[in-house]
Amino acid sequence: MSKIHVTTNVNGDSVEFLCEPDEVLLDVLRDRLNLTGAKEGCGTGDCGACSVTIDGRLVASCLVLGAEAEGRVIETVEGIGSAKDLHPLQRHLLEHAALQCGVCTPGIIVAAKALLAENPDPTEEEARYWLAGNLCRCTGYDKIIRAVLSAATEMRGENA
Amino acid sequence: MRYVVAKDSREAVALLNTGEGARLLSGGTDVLVQMKLSGVAPDMLIDIKRIDGFNTISAEDSGFRIGATVSGAKMGAHPALKTLWPGVVEAVELIGSTQVQGRATMAGNLCNGSPAADSVPAMIAAEAVARIEGPDGTRDVPIAALLKGPGKTHLAKAELISSIFLPARAARAGDAYLRFIPRTEMDIAVASAGVSLEVDENSVVTKAVVALGAVAPTVVSVPEAAAALIGTKLDAAALEACAKACTAACNPIDDKRGTAEFRTKVAGVMATRAAKIAYARAGGQQ
Ligand SMILES: Cc1cc2nc3c(=O)[nH]c(=O)nc-3n(C[C@H](O)[C@H](O)[C@H](O)COP(=O)(O)OP(=O)(O)OC[C@H]3O[C@@H](n4cnc5c(N)ncnc54)[C@H](O)[C@@H]3O)c2cc1C
Ligand code: FES
Ligand code: FES
Repeated sequence: MSKIHVTTNVNGDSVEFLCEPDEVLLDVLRDRLNLTGAKEGCGTGDCGACSVTIDGRLVASCLVLGAEAEGRVIETVEGIGSAKDLHPLQRHLLEHAALQCGVCTPGIIVAAKALLAENPDPTEEEARYWLAGNLCRCTGYDKIIRAVLSAATEMRGENA
Repeated sequence: MRYVVAKDSREAVALLNTGEGARLLSGGTDVLVQMKLSGVAPDMLIDIKRIDGFNTISAEDSGFRIGATVSGAKMGAHPALKTLWPGVVEAVELIGSTQVQGRATMAGNLCNGSPAADSVPAMIAAEAVARIEGPDGTRDVPIAALLKGPGKTHLAKAELISSIFLPARAARAGDAYLRFIPRTEMDIAVASAGVSLEVDENSVVTKAVVALGAVAPTVVSVPEAAAALIGTKLDAAALEACAKACTAACNPIDDKRGTAEFRTKVAGVMATRAAKIAYARAGGQQ
C-alpha cells in the first residue's frame, strides 16, 4: 500500500502526516501524532472514548479515515485546557469525582464541550441523550452528568 | 486498498465501474465498521463527501433536496426541514449517538440495506425519491422501489445516489416515526413504523402511507394498514384494523432483540401510535 500525504489542522496547529489508506484517524492521532488523549474503547463507534471534533462536528475518530482529515480542522482533548489552567469541564469532573479509571474521560470532555457549544444551558435529559454514546464502565454516569451541568452553570457566568 | 476522493459524480461512477472491489464511502458508520468486524475488504474506497452539492440541503418545489452526504446532525439543525417532515428528521436523529450523527447519512442508511434502518420507513411514508447517477445517466426512483433484501438494493452496478428529495406536502399533513428498542438510546429497532397522513377540513384522513421496519427482510410499505386509516378520524376501530393489517404484513426473524411474535405485535402498536402523532401534527382533531 502506498501511503497518503495529509495536511490538516489539529488543535490550531498545521500538521502533516503520512498514513495508510485504511488507517483510522484515531490511530493517526495516537501513533503518528503522539496525541494519546483519544482512546480506543471499541473501534466500532459504540463507546465514544475516541471522540474528537472535525470542523466543529462531534465524531468518533475510530470511524473516520486519517486520509479524510485533509484540509479539515480537528480538535482533540489535548486542545482543551492545560494542567495549569483546566477547562471548567475538567475542573468540575475532578471536583465531582466523576472518573475512576479515566478511559472514558477524554471522550466525555470533548463531547460535553461540543454539547455546551451548541446548547449552553442543557437540561439533564438533554445532557444524558447527548452523551449516550459515551460509555463509562466505572462511574454510573450520575456524577458525570452533574459535573457537566455544574460546569455549564459556571460557564454561563451564573452561581452554581 | 486505495482511498480516492471523487471530484464529481461522473468520476465516482467511473471509479465504481472499474471493478467489483470498489465501495463508496459516505459517513463510513457502516462501511468502516464492516471492514473492522466482518472482513469486508474493498480494493478501493471512493469518498463522495467532497462532491459539489452532495453536502447541501436545498429548497426545491416547496420540498427539500438532501444531498447524499448530508449528516444526520446537519438535518437536525435545519428548522424548515424539521417543520416540513418532522417524522423523517426524528427517524434520522435516532440513528446512533451524537458521534454517529456527525457522520451518518440517510443515503448510507438506505444503501446499507438493513431491514431495521431507521430512516427508511420514514422516507417511504414521506414518498421520498432518490436521484441516482449511473453509467447510463440520471434517474429518479421512489425509495420504496429500491429495497431488495438484507444488505441489498436495486441500484445497478456503478450507480450511486446523489440526493434524496423530500416532496412538498399538503397544508393539513403530518408524519411521524417510532421504533421499539429495549433501551432508551443506542440500539437497533426491534420493530418500527413510519406514518404520513393528510386530513381534510373535517379532520378525516384522506391519504396515508404506513411503512414498517425490522419485521421483514426489507422495510415494507403496508397499503392495507394505510387503507384502514383513510376515511376515518382514527377511531378505535380504524386503529385496530390498521394494527391487524400491520401484523399480517410481518414476516420477522427471532433474535436476541425480540422474538418474531413480539415483533409482530409491537409493529402494530408502533404504527398506531405513530399514526396518532402524525394525525395531531396534521392538525387532525378526533
Ligand atoms: C454505534 C452505531 C450505532 C448505530 N445505530 C444505528 C441506528 O440506531 N439505526 C440505524 O438505522 N443505523 C444505525 N447505525 C448504522 C449506520 O450509522 C447507518 O446505517 C448510517 O445511516 C449509515 O450512513 P453512512 O453515511 O455512515 O454510510 P456508509 O458507511 O458510508 O455507507 C453505507 C453503505 O452504503 C453505501 N453508500 C453510501 N452512500 C451511498 C450513496 N450515496 N449511493 C450509493 N451507495 C452508498 C456504501 O458503499 C456502504 O455500502 C449505527 C452505526 C453505529 C456505528
Ligand atoms: S473507540 Fe471509537 S467509539 Fe469506541
Ligand atoms: S471512569 Fe472508567 S470508564 Fe469511565
